[in-house]
Amino acid sequence: MTVTEITATETAADMELIYGYPESLTEAYTIYCAGCSHGTIHRLIAEVLDELDIREKTVVVAPVGCSLMAYDYFSVDGALAPHGRASAVAVGMKRVSPDKAVFSYQGDGDLAAIGTAEIVHAANRGEPITAIFVNNAIYGMTGGQMAPTTLPGQVTTSSPIGRDVKEAGFPMRMAELLGGLPGAAFVTRQAVYDLPGIRRTKQAIKIAFQTQLQGLGFSLVEVLSICPTNWKMSPDQALEWAQKHMVDYFPLGDTKMSDEVRTMVEGQ
Amino acid sequence: MAMELIEGNRAFAEAAVRAGAEAFFGYPITPQSEALEHLSKRLPELGRAFLQAESEIAAINMVYGAACAGARVLTSSSSPGISLMQEGLSYIACSEVPVVVVNVMRGGPGLGNIQPAQADYFQAVKMAGHGNFRMIVLAPANVQELVDLVTVSFDLAEKYRTIVMIAADGAIGQMMEPAELPPLCPVRPAEERADWALTGAAGREPNTITSLYLGAENLERVNLRLQAKLKEIAANEVRWKEYETDDAELLLAAFGTVGRICQSVVREARAKGLRVGLIRPISLWPFPNARIAELAEQVRGILTVEMNAGQMVDDVRLAVEGRCPISFYGRMGGVIPLADDILPEVERMADELDLGVEA
Repeated sequence: MTVTEITATETAADMELIYGYPESLTEAYTIYCAGCSHGTIHRLIAEVLDELDIREKTVVVAPVGCSLMAYDYFSVDGALAPHGRASAVAVGMKRVSPDKAVFSYQGDGDLAAIGTAEIVHAANRGEPITAIFVNNAIYGMTGGQMAPTTLPGQVTTSSPIGRDVKEAGFPMRMAELLGGLPGAAFVTRQAVYDLPGIRRTKQAIKIAFQTQLQGLGFSLVEVLSICPTNWKMSPDQALEWAQKHMVDYFPLGDTKMSDEVRTMVEGQ
Repeated sequence: MAMELIEGNRAFAEAAVRAGAEAFFGYPITPQSEALEHLSKRLPELGRAFLQAESEIAAINMVYGAACAGARVLTSSSSPGISLMQEGLSYIACSEVPVVVVNVMRGGPGLGNIQPAQADYFQAVKMAGHGNFRMIVLAPANVQELVDLVTVSFDLAEKYRTIVMIAADGAIGQMMEPAELPPLCPVRPAEERADWALTGAAGREPNTITSLYLGAENLERVNLRLQAKLKEIAANEVRWKEYETDDAELLLAAFGTVGRICQSVVREARAKGLRVGLIRPISLWPFPNARIAELAEQVRGILTVEMNAGQMVDDVRLAVEGRCPISFYGRMGGVIPLADDILPEVERMADELDLGVEA
């Protein structure tokens, strides 16, 4: 192996920076477990905020759940919402600050259980906010209990013999539910299980923010993620399990793209 | 400005508009829906924000969001709706954003009814939600006072970054009375919002508004700061009115609608030669403890009258600390006690205390 010495004329300062740390991400260490998808999703959002140059006009609403300290990780203004109410808090902000980009970052317990009413009505009214909905099929912060998105048969600390749909009902397909509402402009489900999926997720997040910035209505990106800790798997096993089972029950793709959003996307 | 004949609910709603309220989020509930109806027309025509939320839970969180953004914002509801807002109130109190909430109280518990009541006194002044916090609670006795307290409430909420609740009742909300409304004041321009507000981190470090403080000592420090603020409020923001207390031997203590009725009781008792006075707390929290303690040294006894099972009377007892006997007369479920109902109670207490009758 040959080592090429960097000469005085080729210092790092002279090189073109093609990949760096996003300005919209703080340098704080996160509280997330090893293998958790939140870090990846945070980074994608931060890259989008940088690319759209909206960091200085963006406000994040953090949920109750593992990502409750999201406001510490994005270098934007932020607030913490009561459990499930992030979309309502975002609506209140946006209604009095229509020139700001307001997004909620919510998990499956927050958005698909306790906060169902708030997200459904925000979407149905076509509130011009963006929701990033992270679905890992389990309650992470409270120690791995059954979520509204827990798969049939999936073992959790509160479904010890596996989710019995006769007792506990079926996993909620939120992207389909919300995509069916007339007020929703852009609703999609993506997964951060491999590099192509990560790229598609970033593209979806970008479209979602652009939908808001253009005043085209409500946008939501459901992101399928993993929770190795509470799934009791290694990150590798978790990714494998997710690709096999999560994507099967929660199909990827757009469940709603309004004509205006489509025109915007096709014009890019 | 001229007096106009106006219903309480519309009056406080219009007063909020004129005080520069930028946004209202609420949910219909009797007996306060006229306020929401009024604002559904007025706020949009002035280019301000109005939204009929999907629930009181959503409404209070929208209020929280708008307050975080630095806007002057209010909501109004009635007893069961306020119960639904309690989680949000706790978050707002810890997050220290200014919010005005109007509770047009009705009979409870449960769905109760839609008649006027004061049964949410404990909820308002003792424990409006989980954790250690208090709200400033202001109780008007008539439509004019309700109107006047709206501007006061916004100013106090912003001065202390706290929740101010106006505790009215269905009688005041539904009653038409002559009142003078304040002049229309423009909304604060967005660029003049407070420096703590979430207005986008342009040219400054990001602002964070939260009620999460991990670590016991950390959260205790926050509690101590909140308590210090409450102490300052308690020292500076006590409000009450008195009638005929100078030579009173028997003191009536009553707030809101029944406080107003007790003015008639004082007149009628005096006509019968009884030296009766009235203290009507306007700020239910902070409570006029010091003044009541002072009056307790002067009078022979205190009769507390409420439209509930006896709630403020606990605070009267705490203020009096055994200096004089205290009685209670209350009606519940939306029954408004009339002067004729209260007067016999006054006479009985005067008799028990062996008070003299002036010729």
